[in-house]
Amino acid sequence: MTRRRWISDYAIFIALAIECAILATATDTFLGAGNLMNVLRQNAFTAILAAGMTFVILTAGIDLSVGSVVGLSGMLCADAMARGHGVAAGVAVGLLAGIAIGAINGLIVTRVRIPAFVVTLAMMMVARGAALKYTDARTISGLPPSFGALSGNPASLTIVAAVFALSWLALMRTPFGRHVYAVGGNQDAAWLSGVRVSRVHMAVYVLCGATAGLAGVLVASRLHVGYPRAGEFSELDAIAAVVVGGTSLFGGRGSIWGTLAGVFFIGILNNGLNLFNVSPYDQMVVKGGVLLVAASLDRWRSS
Amino acid sequence: MTLLAARGLTKSYGAVTVLDRVDFDVHAGEVHALMGENGAGKSTLIKILGGAVFPDAGTVTLDGRALPAGDPLAVRRAGVNTVHQEFTLVPDMSVADNVMLGRERGLFLRGAETRREVRALIARLGVQVDPSAPVRGLSVAHQQLIEIARALAGDARVLILDEPSATLPAADVERLFAVLRRLRSEGIGIVYISHRIEEVFSLADRVTVLRDGRHVVTVEAGGLDRAQLIRWMVGRDVSEEFPARQSAAGSVVLDVRHLRAPPRFADVSFDLRAGEIVGVAGLVGAGRTSMALAVAGALPADGTLILAGSPVRFRAPEDAIARGVAYVTEDRKARGIIPLLGAGANMTLTALSAFAPHGLLLRRREAAAVQAAARRFDVRAAGLDQPAGTLSGGNQQKLLLARATMKRPAVLLLDEPTRGVDVGARAEIYALMNALTREGLAILMISSDLPEILGMSDRIVVMREGRTRGELPRAEATPERVMALATAA
Repeated sequence: MTRRRWISDYAIFIALAIECAILATATDTFLGAGNLMNVLRQNAFTAILAAGMTFVILTAGIDLSVGSVVGLSGMLCADAMARGHGVAAGVAVGLLAGIAIGAINGLIVTRVRIPAFVVTLAMMMVARGAALKYTDARTISGLPPSFGALSGNPASLTIVAAVFALSWLALMRTPFGRHVYAVGGNQDAAWLSGVRVSRVHMAVYVLCGATAGLAGVLVASRLHVGYPRAGEFSELDAIAAVVVGGTSLFGGRGSIWGTLAGVFFIGILNNGLNLFNVSPYDQMVVKGGVLLVAASLDRWRSS
Repeated sequence: MTLLAARGLTKSYGAVTVLDRVDFDVHAGEVHALMGENGAGKSTLIKILGGAVFPDAGTVTLDGRALPAGDPLAVRRAGVNTVHQEFTLVPDMSVADNVMLGRERGLFLRGAETRREVRALIARLGVQVDPSAPVRGLSVAHQQLIEIARALAGDARVLILDEPSATLPAADVERLFAVLRRLRSEGIGIVYISHRIEEVFSLADRVTVLRDGRHVVTVEAGGLDRAQLIRWMVGRDVSEEFPARQSAAGSVVLDVRHLRAPPRFADVSFDLRAGEIVGVAGLVGAGRTSMALAVAGALPADGTLILAGSPVRFRAPEDAIARGVAYVTEDRKARGIIPLLGAGANMTLTALSAFAPHGLLLRRREAAAVQAAARRFDVRAAGLDQPAGTLSGGNQQKLLLARATMKRPAVLLLDEPTRGVDVGARAEIYALMNALTREGLAILMISSDLPEILGMSDRIVVMREGRTRGELPRAEATPERVMALATAA
């Protein structure tokens, strides 16, 4: 039983190591600096989303709205800059948009007590609709050239590193993080023990919204336009990465490093399949299979 | 006549052998008590008998025919039914639908017919419940009887009951016994697991004792010596008596006046002094748990709470905890432990801010506090990272005591503090309660275990139908007087 726990706790890291070893021996290109940097940059966006999602899923919640928030916050960020308000203001607007939507999600979940799945599904539609409506589905261009640096290589990697370092600190070294695990593990017991359960729920949706806002800003920077369809289906990639990373959808179990490994496991899988010229359609099938294996491992562990 | 016969049952989980070549028989028309401490292997044995667990070795036969191992449905069809400690009722479904769940015949449901059938079954058990009422609103005692009705709904030959009395107060236990005696006279073989030794004497025909996964003895219950039975169970002499209590009641710390939260309870008044243990006796449904939850800030209520001289109003448990009122639930699994979290993290949950003066947890300080508490409360875990869900019931209970007292409260509300806890851990919990009160803590102890109420309380408050009906000092308390207050019309 303990061995099972050990295996499933470290499964994703072992899988990631094996995956890298296979690609390193099977291809000449995988270990090249150019390719590795490419992998990191391509997955920075999912990684940031998945970090916020980890908090929500640890409380046994879910946030389906993050993909749409990426689109909306990117649009608002681009619009602010296109109107000449400067990069800092644009970034701030994008982040605040994410935080605001996260706060609305959190308020509805805690006050109206509708399941998070429904609340964030509705928000997914509302936010995407708002992003499209904002310019009648047109992109916003004319962004300052310096904005592009944000998604460049030192910057985006620094942001990812900072997001994960702070997430780890919050989860493992603060009372708040302990409360996240407690609420996910047994909400009723946590409440009776004096944990402010509503605040914890509120906080995780705000955090998740913030990371989605940040991801939206980064996507706008990378595309160098505000694109209302940005981030479509990315909520599913983020959830997949969290689950592959070993966090239980039932809450209370998981780790931020598992999520990071999950992001890169899927990212490198894509990269490897590309290097082997596997078609994008087959890639989706493979990814789906990986997700099922990861979820089965979670069941196997607790059986 | 031997009905059910198990031979050489063995089961290991990893390196731990939880059941080691155990033989066990059930005769038709007998109540066979299965005794042993937590971890003795009782649960595993009945899970194998019920088909829920596949044994590593051994066989189970019913009327000489082998029962399919590890197939609960087939075992149930063959007539061996288990009522588990955790209820398996679907709260939002009606009594009738619950009883017939999994036994529906044909393509369509036949509501009227089902209800008639279920009404007859329930009548056989002597319960008055509307078959179309949802289970959610029923008392624990009634839910228990519905579980038994469900077990009987098929053609039950053997009925296995896992601690059926753990959640029941004395009067309901008597009714349960009456039901079981009737079933026994109908020729049903009953396996009865309980921690309460008294029950064995009043109900069982034979007793089997397990210890550390091994069969110790099977004897006739008549003429059995109580001390001997305990020695068999624990393998050593344990003084079953409650520890001597010297009450040194100080000043009033908590004064509860006309607390009410209808329909759960209507009018509760009592006071609680420093260093005192006040027992709250009453039947299930008397409103004792709701009253404790209201005092702990977990249930909105009207009335007055005066804490150390000043009126207080708690809107959530965190308010009560901040003012030094801690509550330990009667429902460890559902409302107590955080099963996936480590034992240590479970203990510090209420007191985390004390370990994070500047926002970040000072882990060494936390670990030191956890170790001190684990030592004092004798929480036995492989390591303090061991998930609390994997600890034994007694250790979980001690862990919850450690959690509740981590912030040094002035008032501790204990709801059924020894329910489902084995004899050894029970004695430890009593000793801890004594030690805590010596330090000035005031304890309010709700218990459905009358000997416990009488043995541990300095004063006894009796509740009936949502109201406090009387108070008895220790010297004047007898089982009869407590029960008279708890049940009088």
